[in-house]
Amino acid sequence: MNLTLKIWRQSGAADKGRIHTYEVSGISEDMSFLEMLDVLNEQLNELGEEPIAFDSDCREGICGMCSLMINGEAHGPEVTTTCQLHMRSFKDGDTITIEPWRSGAFPVLKDLCVDRSALDRIIQSGGYISANTGSAPEANSVPVPRDNAVRAFNVATCISCGACVAACPNGSASLFLGAKITHLAELPQGQPERWSRVVDMTAQHDHEGFGGCTNIGECAAACPKEIPLDVISQLNKDLRTAMRHGH
Amino acid sequence: MTDMPDTTLTSDRSHDEPSPGQYDDAAGYYTPGAPIADTKAPDGPIADRWQTRKFEARLVNPANRRKLSIIIVGTGLAGGAAAATLGEAGYNVKSFCYQDSPRRAHSIAAQGGINAAKNYKEDGDSVHRLFYDTVKGGDYRSRESNVYRLAEVSTNIIDQCVAQGVPFAREYGGLLDNRSFGGVQVSRTFYARGQTGQQLLIGAYQAMERQVKAGTVTEYTRHEMLEVIVADGRARGIIARNMVTGEIETHLADVVVLASGGYGNVFYLSTNAMGSNVTAAWRAHRKGAYMANPCYTQIHPTCIPVSGEHQSKLTLMSESLRNDGRIWVPKKAEDCTKDPRDIPEEDRDYYLERIYPSFGNLVPRDIASRQAKNVCDEGRGVGPMVGDFRRGVYLDFADAIERLGEDAVREKYDNLFDMYERITGENPYEVPMRIYPAVHYVMGGLWVDYDLQSSITGLFVTGEANFSDHGANRLGASALMQGLADGYFVLPHTIRDYLAEGPFEPLDESHPAVAEAKASVQERIDKLMSINGSRSVDSFHRELGHIMWEYCGMERNAEGLRKAIDMIRELKREFWTDLKVLGTADSLNQSLEKAGRVADFLELGELMCIDALNRRESCGGHFRAESQTEDGEALRHDDEFAYVAAWEWAGEDQPPVLHKEDLVYTAIEMKQRSYK
Ligand SMILES: Cc1cc2nc3c(=O)[nH]c(=O)nc-3n(C[C@H](O)[C@H](O)[C@H](O)COP(=O)(O)OP(=O)(O)OC[C@H]3O[C@@H](n4cnc5c(N)ncnc54)[C@H](O)[C@@H]3O)c2cc1C
Ligand code: SF4
Ligand code: FES
Repeated sequence: MNLTLKIWRQSGAADKGRIHTYEVSGISEDMSFLEMLDVLNEQLNELGEEPIAFDSDCREGICGMCSLMINGEAHGPEVTTTCQLHMRSFKDGDTITIEPWRSGAFPVLKDLCVDRSALDRIIQSGGYISANTGSAPEANSVPVPRDNAVRAFNVATCISCGACVAACPNGSASLFLGAKITHLAELPQGQPERWSRVVDMTAQHDHEGFGGCTNIGECAAACPKEIPLDVISQLNKDLRTAMRHGH
Repeated sequence: MTDMPDTTLTSDRSHDEPSPGQYDDAAGYYTPGAPIADTKAPDGPIADRWQTRKFEARLVNPANRRKLSIIIVGTGLAGGAAAATLGEAGYNVKSFCYQDSPRRAHSIAAQGGINAAKNYKEDGDSVHRLFYDTVKGGDYRSRESNVYRLAEVSTNIIDQCVAQGVPFAREYGGLLDNRSFGGVQVSRTFYARGQTGQQLLIGAYQAMERQVKAGTVTEYTRHEMLEVIVADGRARGIIARNMVTGEIETHLADVVVLASGGYGNVFYLSTNAMGSNVTAAWRAHRKGAYMANPCYTQIHPTCIPVSGEHQSKLTLMSESLRNDGRIWVPKKAEDCTKDPRDIPEEDRDYYLERIYPSFGNLVPRDIASRQAKNVCDEGRGVGPMVGDFRRGVYLDFADAIERLGEDAVREKYDNLFDMYERITGENPYEVPMRIYPAVHYVMGGLWVDYDLQSSITGLFVTGEANFSDHGANRLGASALMQGLADGYFVLPHTIRDYLAEGPFEPLDESHPAVAEAKASVQERIDKLMSINGSRSVDSFHRELGHIMWEYCGMERNAEGLRKAIDMIRELKREFWTDLKVLGTADSLNQSLEKAGRVADFLELGELMCIDALNRRESCGGHFRAESQTEDGEALRHDDEFAYVAAWEWAGEDQPPVLHKEDLVYTAIEMKQRSYK
């Protein structure tokens, strides 16, 4: 198929950036979206124009490295990551607009690459269970009810891609934050630090410049891992409880 | 999968083949060197060695620890776990990764599970059995002391991960669940649905982030290590490129750890992440670290086949599919383009069931892979034409669906079937899946002793980047175990013995070794940027991958390997004269990043071929056509090749030096595997 691509180009943080239009042809529907961009980059290299910078690593939908707003949707039209999106979701003659994640907390580094280190700093502020290596008790000494274990797992599948932030009109990372709060709150091992964790992580979230949640739900719709919106209710509930207890 | 019967290897050189001792296939391609040995493993009964070593390893006073600095390259299970643990101990740790977050290291992609000798199922498992299975699975080409220790600390890993909040699968009673995996008779694999690597890595990552907050670990993301600094005989730092600004940075420390993962991407197409590379290891190799058994590669039989020239990577489909799927190709080449559903039963060749009646579709990974290649080479492959061949075989669930019902099959494999459909656009409930083998893991890596120290003093190597635990073939669910064993429980003890001699004399950036390392990095980048030729990096990488796959892939022979060496040398010359890298060196430049990696892959590829040429035996994932039994099975030659091949870099365009470490088994008897 032949496509028209409108792609954001920005040489660095200081550059203002602009949309460039490119034509690609001979795209097979078996290609992944990123392989289609690989083809474009080979063409650009041939023509002497610098290839477009975009992030990816596993290309299996698990590392969270890929991003991209595709026609205004985070990770494009399917419920999956950009790297697992395939060209059969498009048709011959389509025009596709490709932009980086848009959020004040994710500055653009170059072209389609952004800086998501704010998400790491949220984890640093409390997204863990303090258990030094070697100090752990026998694994089966604390049973975990299966339902809690399953829910903990389901929300722990967040890949930290940032699509929820990019999709949110407020630029909130509440879905990401709620997923981590819920993961650790479901487990007995997570209880001792439960209240300080939610307070500290929320403070860091706000400090990084992410917006507040007004229950729009775009985040959960964009999330490639289908993290449910109710993790944000859990986040709010835990936060209220923590406040009441004076944390 | 059931266990393989063992038959003790007597003198199995049945045919008229001359003894391999009469051959020196790699003569002229290498220089023989002095034998080497591991000097760190204590003597005595194997079950006591690790305890003894831990006791004998010197201690570092807690007050001194923060004065001691450690560089760790890599944030996968091996590097992330080590950074967290050493940070907790109070050392001053600097951690590096090329991704934008430590949590994205390639360990995240591991699916199936992690082994541990917990014996929760009371099915006869034990440390000794895990040790035995791992040595045997590695086809008796690993070092027994290291493997025993791995089995010994495996149980601590599970305790540690559970304490961190890793959501392993559990039974209704709330206790941990296990499954069986990869060719063993006990259920010892812990798992978190199909995302075990992700959950384990998040555990290690969170522990590490906690230390970032505590100030003991500093993380450098989007940083690529390009050189190791060896000053006065010790590894003392690295040169890294800030991948956003292009700045060439010097980082100094008392000790350096490489946990930089495997080099399967030398084949271009593999199940590894796009950025997985050999650069960290290879740069160390060029500075004196021996590279051990580089030709040992694991090729996984069930991956989604290549669909065209544009393909950038391959995706693994869990091995568990072979429990219910039947593998076949058409008997006649002319049927290969037909709709498989129209091919009658009598025209199908269920070749694994035919050749291995007792194991059928459940033969070990290496066998299943090699037979798939054979039928495709005969022209009976299916799916799209890629190059001259159709590279795919059917994995058919029609019988399973009929026997168990579609719902039952859906229950077991739904997420895999979905992933398959997403990638191929075909519905495997209706049309047989197509699969083909793909490069998945490398057992080879930098040589280390029992302390995980390389042949460069002060340079330690952990995880997939070292060679130590899996011999010539790795069992499923053992790489995650090794990464975490090294990172949480082994390295933190052995490195303290080394650090007890420190802090070493402070190095100045003007020290000649530092200046030399920095200048060489700069020179190389300048060179890559200035060739101004006509070919893209990817085109070179793809061509190298093609050579490796063709001649150093599932089946190797002397003639092909020699040809490959010539082709790689030629390609390398072309690379350095006709490469085209656009953009600038002082900004984010992905072509430049890739160019540096491919330059190193070219050198590694040549060494892999030389290693494969030298090893005129078949063992584990290494199959030499010249060394097979009458019915085409792998034939080891323990009398000649029961050694680790540790290669020393001898300089640009010089033949590498081969050092042999003899493998001595005291706790286990060497046997030949059989699957018929
Ligand atoms: C698809 C797939 C499924 C798998 N499933 C399983 C399984 O079920 N069970 C199992 O046991 N094993 C499995 N494996 C194997 C296992 O995942 C890996 O062997 C293991 O995770 C490697 O861990 P590591 O810590 O050594 O390296 P990695 O996780 O690969 O980490 C390497 C690190 O080094 C960094 N790095 C590399 N080069 C540089 C450089 N030059 N400069 C700076 N940083 C650098 C990277 O950024 C990264 O942080 C699987 C592998 C694949 C590909
Ligand atoms: S919650 Fe979903 S969208 Fe947000 S970072 Fe996690 S996986 Fe991505
Ligand atoms: S590249 Fe890893 S999730 Fe897309």
